[in-house]
Amino acid sequence: MLWQALGLGLGYNATLVTLGAAMLGIAAGATGVFLYLARRALVSDAIGHATLPGVVAGFLVMVAFGGEGRFLPGLMLGAALSAGLGLACVSWLTARTRLHEDAAIGAVLSVFFGAGVVLLTVVQVLETGRQAGLETFLLGATAGMLRAEALSIAAGGAAVLALVVLLRRPMVLVAFDPEHAAGQGINLRAVDLAMMGLALAITVVGLKVVGVVLIVALLIIPPVAARLWSERVGTVVLLAGGIGGLSGYFGAALSATAPDLPTGPLIVLASFALFTFSLLFAPARGVVAAGLRHWRFQRRVHLRQGLLALASGQPVYEPLTLRLMRGRGLVRPDGVATDKGRAWAARARLDERRWHMLRSLPEFEAAAARHDGLSPLSEVLTPDQIAALDHHLGPEGAL
Amino acid sequence: MGAEFVMLSLTPLVIGVLAALACALPGNFLLLRRQALIGDAISHVVLPGIVVAFLLSGRVAAVPMMLGAGGAALVSVALIEVIRRLGRIEPGAAMGVVFTAMFAGGVLLLEQSAASGVHLDVQHALYGNLESLIWLDGDGWGALLDGQALSGLPPELTRMAVVALAVVLFTAVFWRALVIATFDEGFARTLGLPVRALSLALVAVAAMAAVAAFDAVGSIIVIAMFICPPAAARLMTDRMGGQVAWSVGFATLSAILGYVLAGYGPLWLGYESAVSAAGMIATVSGVILALAALAGPRRRGIAPM
Repeated sequence: MLWQALGLGLGYNATLVTLGAAMLGIAAGATGVFLYLARRALVSDAIGHATLPGVVAGFLVMVAFGGEGRFLPGLMLGAALSAGLGLACVSWLTARTRLHEDAAIGAVLSVFFGAGVVLLTVVQVLETGRQAGLETFLLGATAGMLRAEALSIAAGGAAVLALVVLLRRPMVLVAFDPEHAAGQGINLRAVDLAMMGLALAITVVGLKVVGVVLIVALLIIPPVAARLWSERVGTVVLLAGGIGGLSGYFGAALSATAPDLPTGPLIVLASFALFTFSLLFAPARGVVAAGLRHWRFQRRVHLRQGLLALASGQPVYEPLTLRLMRGRGLVRPDGVATDKGRAWAARARLDERRWHMLRSLPEFEAAAARHDGLSPLSEVLTPDQIAALDHHLGPEGAL
Repeated sequence: MGAEFVMLSLTPLVIGVLAALACALPGNFLLLRRQALIGDAISHVVLPGIVVAFLLSGRVAAVPMMLGAGGAALVSVALIEVIRRLGRIEPGAAMGVVFTAMFAGGVLLLEQSAASGVHLDVQHALYGNLESLIWLDGDGWGALLDGQALSGLPPELTRMAVVALAVVLFTAVFWRALVIATFDEGFARTLGLPVRALSLALVAVAAMAAVAAFDAVGSIIVIAMFICPPAAARLMTDRMGGQVAWSVGFATLSAILGYVLAGYGPLWLGYESAVSAAGMIATVSGVILALAALAGPRRRGIAPM
């Protein structure tokens, strides 16, 4: 069943839904990168929660006009309107009062969500005997989704993705250096508005699949995970899109395998799994890489200190240092230096003396700033520079 | 305003007010420390804790659930710290990653275990069920003096009262230290105040209030009360004491007005059923904040000297 779902073998509709969720994930991941870089990731939490009153009000309006209350485009329009209002409240509170953005976000998300809950109970009262099913918008559901709905979600995701590609340059500039961007003639307000508009669009498109409470995760987790892998914006956007797409795909496919598996939480957990993997195994910023770096550094320090001790004829007692030196054949098991050990020790001492001299000479100031007490000088200076340094060391320098 | 009020409305009203107070008090300090969204995060992460506690203990009881919720809050704080440090990720985003993932995990666990017919669902977690906390033995105001009837009070009331009292005591006892550490951490350090311990204690107290309020009234009130009354109060005055006093007033007003509007508002408009009290309390607190933002005397900042 699981392999069937992952291989898109659960029928035409389930396949459409899975692909739609993947498209949504790609677009959300790519959009979220810009929010994350601008340090405004949590604004999307306000947007997500602020859609609820719009969804329910849209339902009420459509029912009042005698229509089908669950007509998705109508609900999405309502969601977009109330999320836009919420967004406007956040910027207004931040700009026009002394409150900071985090307080504005929290206030808007809780108040709009509260108003949405009030409206939900109104719907429950009006709809005695018939379930409106609006609760599925809280946590997202793909079960029983119509073909047209799945298609419109995929199309909406693709449209947002296209806009992100179009607007990527100004958004990157503004995220990294707003002053410079303004100097380049970029309209900061317009770019900010566009960025928030894209986040809003993703939220509205993803509402049905992920739900109002968790949609923020699709805009935050993939970018944060992608950021761990690369320092380049283009790569981060591509990776975030990929991570978001995979999350959407796996989450939707898994949730199709059993009736009790809600789609939104599964998509979020899939992206969290990818995040955890990134946190552990990313090459530069991952935990494993950092651990390895620390381990190598520690051994280099021990080895260096051991060699310097040998060079000055002092005995080495520290067990790790002894083990490292024995392993390299630098000392005999009884701790006496071998020929190789004496040669290495002499080289280490020369290096140390050169470093010492270098730090006292003003012309090497730039190189001295790179001194970490470990790197061999030959990695930092050219042979000519080393010769000049040895000149200062005097006759005993070439020991 | 007789027996019916005491039986049906008095206890939810008191619980609502106590929950609002317990959240608004620490909310004042969190707001000034720009940690306002901690309430949001805590109220999301307690869900998996409560579900796990239920799955382990096998019953819907207060003590294991409070322990589970507290444990989950601790786990989330630790996780946020780990992710922030190890991945060098900014705190807001780290928080966003952790609380959404933990909430998703909680929902999934809940849906998986709900098959066995449990009295616990996501809607309850989000917006609670304040209206159901009625006092069946309270057949009139006289019942307040009747020991037997008093023992029939909903246990949430006692719990909420204890927590609210603890929050008030914490705020009163550490008032000076909290105020100094909030406004000028460097100065607080030179005075020898344990700044880190204070800020941890503040988060712990906030978590305790959130967990107790969550159990009684759902997470939506928790978030709204952590932020809206203190934020509105901040727009009214420059003085910390004044801000706390205003926030207490706003929180109480939101709880009472919200409950009354939710319970009786639809009746006045000619409908038969009430709407969600938790949602209405949050809405009222938002209206108060909007009014303060439009007309509060200190909405723009400190008054000129």
